[in-house]
Amino acid sequence: FKHSCLKVEMSSKTLSSGSIAQARRTVQQLRREARIERIKVSKASSDLMRYCGEHAKNDPLLMGIPTSENPFKDKKPCTVL
Amino acid sequence: MGEMEQLRKEAESLKDQITAARKAVQDSTLQEAAAGITVVGRIQMKTRKTLRGHLAKIYAMHWSTDSKLCVSASQDGKLIVWDSVTTNKVNAIPLKSSWVMTCAYAPSGNLVACGGLDNMCSIYNLKGKDGNVKVMRELAAHTGYLSCCRFISDTEIITSSGDCTCILWDIETGTQKTVFAGHQGDCMSLAVAPDFKFFISGACDFTAKLWDIREGTCRQTFGGHESDVNAIGFFPNGNAVITGSDDATCKLFDLRADQELITYQDSSIMCGVTSLAPSMSGRLLLAGYDDFNVNIWDMLKAERVGKYMWKLYIPLENGRKVDPAEDSEGSSRVAVGTEH
Repeated sequence: FKHSCLKVEMSSKTLSSGSIAQARRTVQQLRREARIERIKVSKASSDLMRYCGEHAKNDPLLMGIPTSENPFKDKKPCTVL
Repeated sequence: MGEMEQLRKEAESLKDQITAARKAVQDSTLQEAAAGITVVGRIQMKTRKTLRGHLAKIYAMHWSTDSKLCVSASQDGKLIVWDSVTTNKVNAIPLKSSWVMTCAYAPSGNLVACGGLDNMCSIYNLKGKDGNVKVMRELAAHTGYLSCCRFISDTEIITSSGDCTCILWDIETGTQKTVFAGHQGDCMSLAVAPDFKFFISGACDFTAKLWDIREGTCRQTFGGHESDVNAIGFFPNGNAVITGSDDATCKLFDLRADQELITYQDSSIMCGVTSLAPSMSGRLLLAGYDDFNVNIWDMLKAERVGKYMWKLYIPLENGRKVDPAEDSEGSSRVAVGTEH
């Protein structure tokens, strides 16, 4: 159900229904977003892949955790003789 | 031409410019780049601990940076701090308002915060002198429910709200430092970048926004989802953002390429995503869904490599729901909160 009664209906706050001030803010924001620098998708992808590769050996979900290092796994109790 | 009409035309033109600029750097796709690597092997997850104590639905949980303690918030009106290794309750904090929707652990471990339908973010000091946990601050200004909160430090916290804004607060004075306005629908969740300079928010306007914390501005907006964005997180190096939506998909957006790289979807998945977390290396994405499952995705190949089903372990009653699944940094621990 997920709070459907709380979520605001997405109002059509298009430029046509908003105020001039709102429209100016929207344009200002779009200008800001338009002028950012973008890198190529090929570079973005290879950087992500490289990060995954470099850190894979430290990822317990990929590598598994030895029982001796797993604080959640119940270990066999030791008896002192 | 009136000013309104001029502004409308300029807005449309700028939107076209952004679309064109994104297309101009699309020399490849992540799919193509990852074509040569193999999908990771099947991931099996085992329940190691069950943290019992809450008497009603658990709405949120958050790990401490030590990866051992975590805090959970339930509509039974309590915030519980757990030692996940011993399953002991370190603190059981009674809340003024039981309609809690979010909670957070400060990076220092000294504070926890929560909020919900009371529209406020309450900060609790865990390390008070007399040992009692008390409300330290009540941050009130939002005109809608508190959907998420995340500490920057012991003195600053960011909140997201059903009033469509996010706020950066000064905890010591209890005042707003910055209001981040721009979303056109309820803000549902937020995540802070690893370098603490930016944060991202997901909202019911189907978008995710990247905000510059110090400048108080929105740097980038990511669209593509066809319904509310409920969950959001950073890729471990902070260069990409992962979103989860009611449209049953997760998406990966690269910040520097300013666009979506891949969508995690399957025709058999028809329910919304409620929470998500990447694994330590970023290779795996754990996502919690409305059907009580956690699906594990190979983030580079966009293939499902595991599934954690509550139905296998715990008998379900009507209305049970899997709430946040979160993988703590530096560990393999996944905590799944339910109504149980």
